[in-house]
Amino acid sequence: MPEIKVTPLGAGQDVGRSCILVSIGGKNIMLDCGMHMGYNDDRRFPDFSYITQNGRLTDFLDCVIISHFHLDHCGALPYMSEMVGYDGPIYMTHPTKAICPILLEDFRKITVDKKGETNFFTSQMIKDCMKKVVPLNLHQTVQVDDELELKAYYAGHVLGAAMVLIKVGSESVVYTGDYNMTPDRHLGAAWIDKCRPDILISESTYATTIRDSKRCRERDFLKKVHESIERGGKVLIPVFALGRAQELCILLETFWERMNLKAPIYFSTGLTEKANHYYKLFITWTNQKIRKTFVQRNMFEFKHIKAFDRSYADNPGPMVVFATPGMLHAGQSLQIFKKWAGNEKNMVIMPGYCVQGTIGHKILNGQRKLEMEGRSTLDVKLQVEYMSFSAHADAKGIMQLIRMAEPRNMLLVHGEALKMEFLKGKIEQEFNIDCYMPANGETITVSTNPSVPVDISLNLLKREMALGGPLPDPKKPRTMHGTLIMKENSMKLVSSEQALKELGLNEHQLRFTCRVQLQDPHSDLDTLHRIYTHLKSLLKGYTIQHVPDGTVMVESIVIKVSSSAEDPNNKVLLLSWSYQDEDLGSFLSSLLKKGLPSGLC
Amino acid sequence: MAAHLKKRVYEEFSKVVQIPHEEAPSKKLRLSKPSKSAALHVDLCKASNSTDALQYLLQFARKPVEVESVEGVVRILLEHYYKETDNSVRLKIASLLGLLSKTQGFTPDCIVDDAINTLSNEKSHQVLAQLLDTLLVIGSQLPDTPTIRLRLIHVACKHLSDTYFGVRNKCLQLLGCLGTLETVVNRDGPAPGPSQGGARDVQSIISDYFGDQDPRVRTAALKAMLQLHERGMKIHQVIYEQACRLLSDDYEQVRSAAVQMVWVLSLLYPESIVPIPSSNEEIRLVDDAFGKISHMVSDGSWMVRVQAAKTLGSMLQVSPHFLVQTLDKKLMSDLRRKRTAHERAKELFTSGEFSSGRKWADDAPKEKLDRNTVNLIASGACGAFVHGLEDEMFEVRIAAVEALCQLARSSPSFAEKCLDFLVDMFNDEIEEVRLQSIHVLREISTHITLREDQLDTVLAVLEDSSRDIREALHELLCYTNVSTKECIQLALLELLKNLNKYPTDRNSVWKCLKFLGSRHPTLVLPLVPELLSTHPYFDTPEPDMDDPAYIAVLVLVFNAAKSCPTMPALFSDHTFRHYAYLRDSLSHLVPPLRLPGRKQVFGLDSVDSGSGSASVESAQLFLQQSLHRVSTIQNLEAPEARELLNFTIRDLQRLGELQTELAGAADFCATFLRCQLLLMKALQEKLWNVAVPLCLKQNVTATAAAQQILEETYKLEFLYSGLESRQVATIHHVRLQAKALQLILYARSRQGLDPLISCCEKFLQDVESFQRLFLSELPHLQDSFMDRVCELLPRLTSCKPVEMVKILQSTLRQSGLLQLSLPEQIHRATATIIEPTGESDNPLRFTSGLVVALDIDATLEHVNDPQNTVKVQVLYPDGQSHVIHPKPGDFRKPGPHRHRLITQVYLSHTAWTEPSQVEVRLLLAYSSSSSSSSSRLGWSDGADGVIPPSEATVEGTIPFSKPVKVYIMPKPARR
Repeated sequence: MPEIKVTPLGAGQDVGRSCILVSIGGKNIMLDCGMHMGYNDDRRFPDFSYITQNGRLTDFLDCVIISHFHLDHCGALPYMSEMVGYDGPIYMTHPTKAICPILLEDFRKITVDKKGETNFFTSQMIKDCMKKVVPLNLHQTVQVDDELELKAYYAGHVLGAAMVLIKVGSESVVYTGDYNMTPDRHLGAAWIDKCRPDILISESTYATTIRDSKRCRERDFLKKVHESIERGGKVLIPVFALGRAQELCILLETFWERMNLKAPIYFSTGLTEKANHYYKLFITWTNQKIRKTFVQRNMFEFKHIKAFDRSYADNPGPMVVFATPGMLHAGQSLQIFKKWAGNEKNMVIMPGYCVQGTIGHKILNGQRKLEMEGRSTLDVKLQVEYMSFSAHADAKGIMQLIRMAEPRNMLLVHGEALKMEFLKGKIEQEFNIDCYMPANGETITVSTNPSVPVDISLNLLKREMALGGPLPDPKKPRTMHGTLIMKENSMKLVSSEQALKELGLNEHQLRFTCRVQLQDPHSDLDTLHRIYTHLKSLLKGYTIQHVPDGTVMVESIVIKVSSSAEDPNNKVLLLSWSYQDEDLGSFLSSLLKKGLPSGLC
Repeated sequence: MAAHLKKRVYEEFSKVVQIPHEEAPSKKLRLSKPSKSAALHVDLCKASNSTDALQYLLQFARKPVEVESVEGVVRILLEHYYKETDNSVRLKIASLLGLLSKTQGFTPDCIVDDAINTLSNEKSHQVLAQLLDTLLVIGSQLPDTPTIRLRLIHVACKHLSDTYFGVRNKCLQLLGCLGTLETVVNRDGPAPGPSQGGARDVQSIISDYFGDQDPRVRTAALKAMLQLHERGMKIHQVIYEQACRLLSDDYEQVRSAAVQMVWVLSLLYPESIVPIPSSNEEIRLVDDAFGKISHMVSDGSWMVRVQAAKTLGSMLQVSPHFLVQTLDKKLMSDLRRKRTAHERAKELFTSGEFSSGRKWADDAPKEKLDRNTVNLIASGACGAFVHGLEDEMFEVRIAAVEALCQLARSSPSFAEKCLDFLVDMFNDEIEEVRLQSIHVLREISTHITLREDQLDTVLAVLEDSSRDIREALHELLCYTNVSTKECIQLALLELLKNLNKYPTDRNSVWKCLKFLGSRHPTLVLPLVPELLSTHPYFDTPEPDMDDPAYIAVLVLVFNAAKSCPTMPALFSDHTFRHYAYLRDSLSHLVPPLRLPGRKQVFGLDSVDSGSGSASVESAQLFLQQSLHRVSTIQNLEAPEARELLNFTIRDLQRLGELQTELAGAADFCATFLRCQLLLMKALQEKLWNVAVPLCLKQNVTATAAAQQILEETYKLEFLYSGLESRQVATIHHVRLQAKALQLILYARSRQGLDPLISCCEKFLQDVESFQRLFLSELPHLQDSFMDRVCELLPRLTSCKPVEMVKILQSTLRQSGLLQLSLPEQIHRATATIIEPTGESDNPLRFTSGLVVALDIDATLEHVNDPQNTVKVQVLYPDGQSHVIHPKPGDFRKPGPHRHRLITQVYLSHTAWTEPSQVEVRLLLAYSSSSSSSSSRLGWSDGADGVIPPSEATVEGTIPFSKPVKVYIMPKPARR
């Protein structure tokens, strides 16, 4: 039995450091190559020594696929390709290829320049690494080599996120990366066809959550911002540079447009400007609305959103500012926060999750006095709002994807073990398929039952069709006679004559003969004639001949009569038939064994 | 060479044979027909190879064929068909056969046999499919010949086992279009598998192909079944199960057709009981189908999703608890039950605190869920609309909104539930969806009362920059019920804000407040002191009467006061004064009130309001009486008759002003009578008894009168809607009289005979066309001018022009007044230009030679097809006039018989030294067979005595709005 093996090196019962090895049909594929946000030591990157202790990975991997540009999915890529050593192809979509190096460079800067780490990958390494990238288009089938093929599907989540179908022969695996089944303001929903893979490897971040409608959240968000602006307050929205930030920008931009608002919106510069540029370019990857309207105006060419300058924070009047980073732990967002915290007209909206210990977390939990560096305290008078905008599929979405793809087995990664457990149970119950949730380093083996394609000669097929009516009935299998020839990795089914001819063999005849003792007082000839009439009356629709040389032929079966020397009444019938007529022959022999009926003349 | 010669000979021969053969039935058609089929035949024979033949056929297909020659052409085609070896040519011939049998008036029963015969020898599958298609055309042309139908059905059944999908498709289509449930088909021939019992009906044969291996055939089978249904056959319930299985087909077109099939079955057998698989419960079929189609709302293909969402809306028989499920989506977070934002909002509202989501953990999950009860793939209808409304494609969202609307209209409890979701849709990213959901909410608003938080969300949309959205919302607010006085206050506040931000919404906002006030008098009552800012002890300053916001407040209060008699006690003095002012200036917004101590106001108002319907009736009576009085005019002497007409016209005009319901009818009558008066005056001029050269002056006035009558008749015909053919005939009659008058005058003023002859001919043509058009009305026109003309017509046509003019003159003078009967409802098309107002003193400055855009906003009432008829005219001070055709998209339809034109016209001119006014007005364009423009041109080419039409009229148009003056100033361009 052929097998597919899946081993997560990261993201097995865990979030972050996504890296999954798949062996399918003799090919080894690495899915994603991410880093872990929570660690600063070696655990940060996946353990590549699992693949090989020393030496380069090129010999062991056929290809690497990156699903999208988030660092927990691509952060370890330069390390793997340049420092560990991998020269094979790396597949990612065009937007991912464009945005990924920006994020990697930023990541490198923070680690090396700010934290002062050594032995980290360099800018040159990122460039070299990106040279190995082969871009993918949506729904385009890419042949990695003769057998291995890839096809990307739209996944929502962030710009350029893709789900990948990996196919070797008739075995296939789908890896979802991160995906989102509900559309948002700038991206559409994930979609896959009924590809029926052997394994569907799905993320399960929200395995135990069913989310409320997005509209309520958006409406709340807009209402809060709007109210605050009308009061003349300033609104601070701490964000991470890519992904949600663009969604919120679009949201506010269209709202401003719709409501004819005049208050300025600022965006703190840096990463985002470069990234926004790519958002403008990759319109085909966005949602219906943006795709439809970009001819008149590209939605990412913001009319109301301008670049932020440090000095603007002190300007009078209402304004909205997007600032990085998202958890208010450092940087520009914190500076602005400090400036605005004292006024109760102002507002801060946290659009995402905040890690414990950050200021974001503290104020969300209602703390009104913050201790800052230098033993000063900060009174928080401004309003604090929380608004979750997340782009992962919830439990319902995951189930919906399973329904769309109809996999034979399911494998969950990128989630917490306890939550996965629940979803696993649900999947097994609802779809009646096996579901796995391997831990890091644990290998799951799924045996597949691939169908083996066989070429059939047209002549044979036509002959068979002629026998059994013109239409093959898809519901009923039919047996047919033929010879299977296996030659140079290919198999074909041909008629036996053609097989003999092709293989240069002589045909051998196989004949069965059988003697039947019969008590009959007549002469040999008469007996033969009696047999002839008997069979003639019984076997209608067969050609029965009485040949003058003293034999009866039924189709190709020969019947001879001879009387034994001792007892002339004891006749011996000699039946002979070829292998092909086995059915008829054995029927005749059993028939004749019963003797001839007396009433025959 | 020999063969070639032989072919040539044959060609010649056949050509000779063909022509006489064709000539026999075609005597009438002169040359066209035989040449056609013969030419085709010659062409086909000339064709040396199949490509040429195909070219000939393609050329032939471009030209239509007359009915008489169809059969001949068909024969030739068939003849060639048998000879042809090339598939593509045969295919084209087959398709031509189909085209030809569609020819109007041709019954294709004579070619059925041939067409069926061709099938039996055909080897190519494509050609076979095309032939079956032809048979389908033939079959549908012969709806009432059961024998042919039966034969065709047999043919279709025979070819159902073909290996090519196209053939099977066509066979199924044929069965769907022609088969009846009673037809029992013997299925013989080399059918695969066991032929079950020989005889089977069409439906079960079609349903066999639900399981075909080719998705296209499966789709065709479903479509054929739907076709059977459309033709009124009752489909058996048996196929329900099969159809449900096809809902999970791999191919979208199959799924889409299956959705329709399931829907059809649910309509046919709503109450029958089906078992739920994997349990032994049973439910109604319509519920089951509803559940299954709901499931399709989260299908992978958006076409199917649209189809499913649309379909859901029409399943009104579904049980209420299934319906409610479509809006249900259990939320959980981390395995704990979470309440939806809707639920939270409701709870906050009921607990009395209005604010939401200040706290981070505001939506913190509450109770712990049992793992086993959480159903992730909700079976059945669960959350179908929640998904549909959140869909990626706006087509699906719109379909879902529409479906919600349909369901909510039939179920008040569901309407209550879906309110939250619809309100959410006000925030959609696509304007179409927002607009649609506002409309939907308006439609179901009779069922619902908005809560304060919901109203808040609704009102937030008032700031939308799109005018359509705002106006739709105003319309919605007109019909909305709210629950508390805070809601009223909130609504007023937001509307005033809207008014402030978009002053152009003035009318719409006032109207909205009018309804809001009259709907909620008791809720407005406690707010009155605050709204009017009155104080128990102090006099407050009198507000500015021109402030639109103040007017808005007053409109709200006065309308509420109408059904709340205690309210006027709270008004202060100036409020009463303002009431009197507004009642006069904005009478459509301010209702009559019974105010204490305001006798004069009270007295005046009671006239129009006191006995609403009775006054209409009396006015109607008055109208009838005046008309009757006019009909006695014959008996009067000329001066008295004129006097009577004058008075009646005046009466009617006044009546129209007083009684708006009858304005159309009264106006119509008045105009008609004015025509008669003009005619009478013209005919009684002394000029008729005086020699021609002596009365040039009178001649001129009479000509002008004729011209004016003509114009008035066009107004009568096209400006009023609701006319019946009797009235139209009367109008045309008057017009003919006017034309006769013109003819006579023309004859008197001219000496030339040739132009007169042509004019006479033209007049006779007009008479003829009148007779043709109003044949059925002629009996009603007894004793009229026309009646006499008709009698004299034989004489008129034969006599000389001069004599004819004489006859006409006497007839015209003798003929009496035509009795006018009134139809039920006559409405005059009116237009009011709301914008520009024409009050501005600031000229619109622009550089000469360049253009400036002027916004036009107008309401049109009782205009049919405004997209084609309404034009904008701009008149410059130098007499230049431009007519602008607004785009069809500029017209909106806010209500029945009401249109709104919002457009921009571009003005341009060379430089002026002073700012000056241009006039903008709306025109109603009309076109009649004998439009005034052509006749006018015909008359005026040499007529010196005829006064040219007044400057303002444009050919073929009627100005129907008051002109608005716009101050503009084109400045010379600076160098």
